[in-house]
Amino acid sequence: MKIKVLGPGCARCHQTEELVREAVAEAGVDAEIEKVTDVMKIASYGVLGTPAVIIDEKVKSVGKIPKKEEILKWIGK
Amino acid sequence: MKERYKLLILLLVFLGAYFIPWTDPVIRRSGLEAVLMLQEYAQQHVLTCLIPAFFIAGAIAVFVSQASVLKYFGSTASKILSYSVASVSGTVLAVCSCTVLPLFAGIYTRGAGIGPATAFLYSGPAINVLAIVLTARILGWQLGLARAIGAIAFAIVTGLLMALIFRRDDANRAAGAIYVPDEEDKSRTLTQDALYLLTMVLILVFAAFAKPAPGSTGLWALLFAAKWFITGFLLVVLGIMLKSWFSREELTGWVEATWGFMKQIFPLLLGGVLVAGFLLGRPGYPALIPEHYVQSLVGGNSLWANLFAAVVGAFMYFATLTEVPILQGLIGSGMGQGPALSLLLAGPALSLPNMIVIVGVMGIKKTAVFCSIIIVLSTLAGWSYGWLVS
Repeated sequence: MKIKVLGPGCARCHQTEELVREAVAEAGVDAEIEKVTDVMKIASYGVLGTPAVIIDEKVKSVGKIPKKEEILKWIGK
Repeated sequence: MKERYKLLILLLVFLGAYFIPWTDPVIRRSGLEAVLMLQEYAQQHVLTCLIPAFFIAGAIAVFVSQASVLKYFGSTASKILSYSVASVSGTVLAVCSCTVLPLFAGIYTRGAGIGPATAFLYSGPAINVLAIVLTARILGWQLGLARAIGAIAFAIVTGLLMALIFRRDDANRAAGAIYVPDEEDKSRTLTQDALYLLTMVLILVFAAFAKPAPGSTGLWALLFAAKWFITGFLLVVLGIMLKSWFSREELTGWVEATWGFMKQIFPLLLGGVLVAGFLLGRPGYPALIPEHYVQSLVGGNSLWANLFAAVVGAFMYFATLTEVPILQGLIGSGMGQGPALSLLLAGPALSLPNMIVIVGVMGIKKTAVFCSIIIVLSTLAGWSYGWLVS
């Protein structure tokens, strides 16, 4: 599974990335987490609003810090 | 923060401590000015102006639905609406400057196109609620108002010009799905949200109510005499609203967002005030940079002075809100009102690091046109404003 956290270097984006890492560790799934900070790459996903979470190229959340339970649901545990 | 930045900061502090001739009388005076200017901010602006403004910014970030604004940036949205929303959306969306660039890139490549995108790029950082409040408070309400009106008007004009000049390119943009943040379920009506924000704005207005000229009577003096009673009453009203309309999580979210802005912006402002005080001093007091330099470059209201202020503003990087103490220092050293507005209009929206990112998004030619439009408009607006107030 490939998880991407989109967002330039702002506090909310770091928080989201950390939550994703925690959720992945908790669920014990095998996932590759990537932080995308390049503005054009972020735009190429068509998201208006950061931080955004992309799992296997599907947009899961936009413009907010997701809750950990939500992330756990997305990664299937 | 990356480790090498920490090292760099430490190194700069060390070099400053080592090499700056602190025993020199001019340097001593400047150092004292820096601390005195900081004290002026701490005593006069932090409690009654900045803290309420931060709470308002936090409330806007948490309670105003971003989705309701962002849907007007889709590729199918009506053009007139896109432009109007883009020009004022900075108040809602861009309290954090780091959200501006990705949003701009998104609107440009997938959404409503180059016009609304550049309108948003310009107005976003220029009209956020903190910047306007602090400008009006410290540099006078006229300049604050001129800044707000100028920013909105410029956003629309710049957006329309960009769309007109590059209308061919705009037609062959990549199409694709766009995702806007979800609408959240809320327990409050729009009226309740509006009343809540209005109460906070009124608290800000009354807490920061300026002392009327000595000897003046009438409504102004009456309101000033009663300002703390009115503020206290409004605080009680706010307390009742918070208790009956909001859930616990919402309140926590609000306080967290407010704290987020505070810890992001206060250190920058602290640095900005110290640097402005050190270089330029409080109004009426000289510091490191002699006043005749400032007066000869940006004094009066010549076209040249306005152009110079606009160009410097466009290239220089101002961290959020620091443009205000810097301008305060400059105006105190003899900068004209016109050039001050030119700098305010060209400054926060553009900077060299910012331009580099914009070049990455829309190429060097469009970026150059965008920056030129803003510099020309800022110069003309500053010039007219300077002529109007003198």
